[in-house]
Amino acid sequence: MLGNLDLSFVSWDMLSKFVLSGFIFSIQLTIVATLGGIFFGTLLALLRLSGRPWLVIPATFYVNGMRSIPLVMVILWFFLLVPLIIGRPVGAEASAVITFIAFEAAYFSEIMRAGIQSIPRGQVYAGQALGMTYGQNMRLVVLPQAFRNMLPVLLTQTIILFQDTSLVYAIGAYDLLKGLVTAGKIYGRPEEAYLLAAIIYFTLCFGLSWLVRRLQARIAIIR
Amino acid sequence: MTLDWQVFLTDDGGGRTYLEWMMEAWRWTLAVAGASWVVAMITGAFFGTLRTLPNNPWLVRLANAWVELFRNIPILVQLFIWYFVVPKMFPAFQQVPGFVLVVFGLGFFTSARIAEQVRAGIQSLPRGQRYAAMAMGLTTTQTYRYVLLPMAFRIILPPLTSESMNLLKNSSVAFAVSIAELTMFAMQAQEETSRGIEIYLAVTGLYALSAFAVNRIFAYIERRVQVPGFIAAGGTGGGH
Repeated sequence: MLGNLDLSFVSWDMLSKFVLSGFIFSIQLTIVATLGGIFFGTLLALLRLSGRPWLVIPATFYVNGMRSIPLVMVILWFFLLVPLIIGRPVGAEASAVITFIAFEAAYFSEIMRAGIQSIPRGQVYAGQALGMTYGQNMRLVVLPQAFRNMLPVLLTQTIILFQDTSLVYAIGAYDLLKGLVTAGKIYGRPEEAYLLAAIIYFTLCFGLSWLVRRLQARIAIIR
Repeated sequence: MTLDWQVFLTDDGGGRTYLEWMMEAWRWTLAVAGASWVVAMITGAFFGTLRTLPNNPWLVRLANAWVELFRNIPILVQLFIWYFVVPKMFPAFQQVPGFVLVVFGLGFFTSARIAEQVRAGIQSLPRGQRYAAMAMGLTTTQTYRYVLLPMAFRIILPPLTSESMNLLKNSSVAFAVSIAELTMFAMQAQEETSRGIEIYLAVTGLYALSAFAVNRIFAYIERRVQVPGFIAAGGTGGGH
């Protein structure tokens, strides 16, 4: 079955020359998009829960709009628009970072909205009774608990995000997958390179989701 | 910057307008998504059911392995595997058209998520329903066919709706293996006409429209199959 496949081209030399920089970019993109996405996603969630129509409507429109478009199209859109807006060409990598922050913010905002709503109203009232401002109430009472409650979901979304970073293939950014595909072409082993990509992604994602499940179990006991 | 919608009426160099090309691409998107949906539902329901079987630890493990395998590899990599690696490993697959390979790629990828939802749906049912079916002398197959699955599917209709919309969006990945669907059209037409904004706006609109149609179809099904008194009418959160 594996007869016509030959993985012997895999060597440390090959990996460090072609794959490592792509792998580092994939990880960077995942981390930056997660942190940026959670930051802007939390802001979006606060806007949607603010109760003021001129804040709620645009934020809702943004989140639902992003969530109804395929990620590949969003990647293409930003690659087209970002140079027009800032007036000079940007690399595929920079464009990918901006895209993923903007796109993931919509998904993280839904998670954070659920997290904020999972905090009993009584806690907000208690904060108000203590004379806390809205900002203090959010920062000291609501958000820390919302983050804690949603931590497993946030991490699961990060794993999905990591898988999705492979879609920067559409604009030719040099990520883990692109690195492997390039190496496969140069060594004349394209099929084996795809298989290797599957093995690497599977190992990372499976390992991470196993960690998330363990974390979830620990959090469940504390609560 | 002004928009120039005339671009859709110009010839693409092959005797058809860009509008006609886009409509054909839309049909491809719907065909890929529709066929994958059928594959995903059948395999997803099958493996999701296997995961809840009592007294069959090996079948449960097999189904769990299926879910983990197809859930932890990016869809793009899975499509490349189906399109390039499978035909090389199994020469019989060289005769299979690319469309079919993509349908299985997208279908199996989505089946892992659907299996997860089906499992959750079955396990959310009170244990007593299974015992009641056993007490009435139903076989395991009958228990699932007449008692568990009908309720489980009703319960998971809301997440099934979003997963079906996800499948439609994920079909855009098929551009990478040269299926002439909407995203492929967007990339090529953008390059040929340099009218990217108009092209992308139209394609994005078609995706949003298709996703909305899926949403409405499922809302209709949800209303039609609703069992009075079990799941709140129009509820979005699933019933417990």
